[in-house]
Amino acid sequence: MSLTNDRIKQRLIEKFGEPVSGFEELYGLLSFEAPKEMNLKILQFLFDDDELKFRFLTDLCAVNYPDDKGRELAVVYHLHNLVDNIRLRFKVFTNVQEPDVFTASKLFSSANWMERETYDFFGVNFIGHPNLKRILNVDEMDYFPLRKEYPLEDQTRIDKDDAMFGRGGTIV
Amino acid sequence: MSEHQHHIKLPEGSIEKQTTTLNLGPTHPATHGVFQNILELDGERIVSSEQTVGYIHRAFEKLAERRPLYQITPITDRLNYCSSPLNNMGWHITCEKLLNIQTPKRVDYLRVIIMELARIADHLICNSIVGVDAGAFTGFVYVMEYRELIYEIYEEVCGSRLTTNIGRIGGFERNFSNTAFEKLEKFLREYPKVLKEFENLFTRNRIFMDRLVGTGAISAERALNYGFTGPNLRAAGVDYDVRVHAPYSSYQDFDFIVPVGNTGDNYDRFLVRNEEMWQSLSIIEQAYRKVQEFKGADAEVFHANVPEYYLPEKKEVYTKMEALIWHFKIIMGETAIPKGEVYNAVEGANGELGFYLISDGGRTPYRLHFRRPCFIYYQAYGELTKGAMLSDAIITMSSLNLIAGELDA
Repeated sequence: MSLTNDRIKQRLIEKFGEPVSGFEELYGLLSFEAPKEMNLKILQFLFDDDELKFRFLTDLCAVNYPDDKGRELAVVYHLHNLVDNIRLRFKVFTNVQEPDVFTASKLFSSANWMERETYDFFGVNFIGHPNLKRILNVDEMDYFPLRKEYPLEDQTRIDKDDAMFGRGGTIV
Repeated sequence: MSEHQHHIKLPEGSIEKQTTTLNLGPTHPATHGVFQNILELDGERIVSSEQTVGYIHRAFEKLAERRPLYQITPITDRLNYCSSPLNNMGWHITCEKLLNIQTPKRVDYLRVIIMELARIADHLICNSIVGVDAGAFTGFVYVMEYRELIYEIYEEVCGSRLTTNIGRIGGFERNFSNTAFEKLEKFLREYPKVLKEFENLFTRNRIFMDRLVGTGAISAERALNYGFTGPNLRAAGVDYDVRVHAPYSSYQDFDFIVPVGNTGDNYDRFLVRNEEMWQSLSIIEQAYRKVQEFKGADAEVFHANVPEYYLPEKKEVYTKMEALIWHFKIIMGETAIPKGEVYNAVEGANGELGFYLISDGGRTPYRLHFRRPCFIYYQAYGELTKGAMLSDAIITMSSLNLIAGELDA
């Protein structure tokens, strides 16, 4: 019998209980979150478990939610079980003052550069990463450009106000 | 004599140093793109290497946060620019998934034709460049002519060649013209012969095999751990193909084989790509036959009915009120995108090309992340070339199909 989203959810709750939460199924993809301290335990469990077998890290990136205090940064893992051909999305949230998350690069070699990219653009500090330095931007850069606090366009241009893009802003 | 020696100031410890440092790139003809490798060489053998990327980073993910969906298509062109249509289609399909748009079958089949042409264009470049780096220029010249023909087909469909911006959310900007189909028929008729000739030149060529067999090899396990996808993963023996594992654009309607290798070396990557070109040809033939089955009004269908996102034809914009309104709203980016979070992947020419799109209900994506296959697998380059000869490392680089545009986003 092939693996289903319900079964994955059940296994995770059995193993970790309460802390694993926020289960969602968007467009058929199971998504959940956990406290950031648990990220490695969960990734390792998903990797090792004979039934779950999530051994392929498809993608790793971050998202910035500046208004969500204490949870400003989300690190998002997309995992793939290639045997049963099922994907899942796993998120950990961290505050922006201490954006420390354990590195997954020991488990997945592919996480190395993806974490460097995430550090480069969002400033997520991956603890234990072998070579956490900027990868796409110049080393001298002193900010994390994909955070929402760094707007794209010249701020003096009113035609580029947020109101023009359907989310608040200064123009009434 | 001794007076002279005093003028040369060598860095501390440099006399005792046993290895040579070589900067390969950022601009070197053999890297076929802008990225740097700092190699430590012992004679001609690579002891260790360090990769530096980011020379053509263009902040695509940041740009995308201030653009309506349709304006992001040209950004995707510039990822893997050897097969732009694949990126474009991947993006359209991602948007359609978020917006719950069902595309008509004919659109799916036309897209399959374009996507497989793009795959052939990409693979033929990659494989012939492997030949060039091994010292055989002839094959490159043979197949280039047919990439030109593929580009002419794109041109006939969308008006441009390299950065295509082809198609729209919901379908194509216009129906395929008769000339497009004629050019496609010409390609299907003539390319197999050339591909056969190309294979005759290389596949069992003693010199070529000596250069490729056993170099740049990776095991299936390491390849998976490094996040390899596409032909590079299949060459290592893992039959993972997004077209089969998560069919999109009606790929389930086609019969094709997913070729796999077993050693994961340069030679297997070359063979897998060659075989994929044959499979792509077969898919295009099947798709073309299916397209021909649509008669009358059905043969005029080239987009889904989604006025909110599909730019209306210019003629209608000038004559119909609704079309004018939609045109204005789309161009001004005034259409709100429904809230949602979607990950969608397509089988790009060099691996799984993923789009992670988050919408907060605004008019532009809240966050868009591209899963760029070659950014992920290029990490393995150091491991692949450790202990290898410098000249083999060059072939390994070209057979991995690294595209700087995709690497740096």
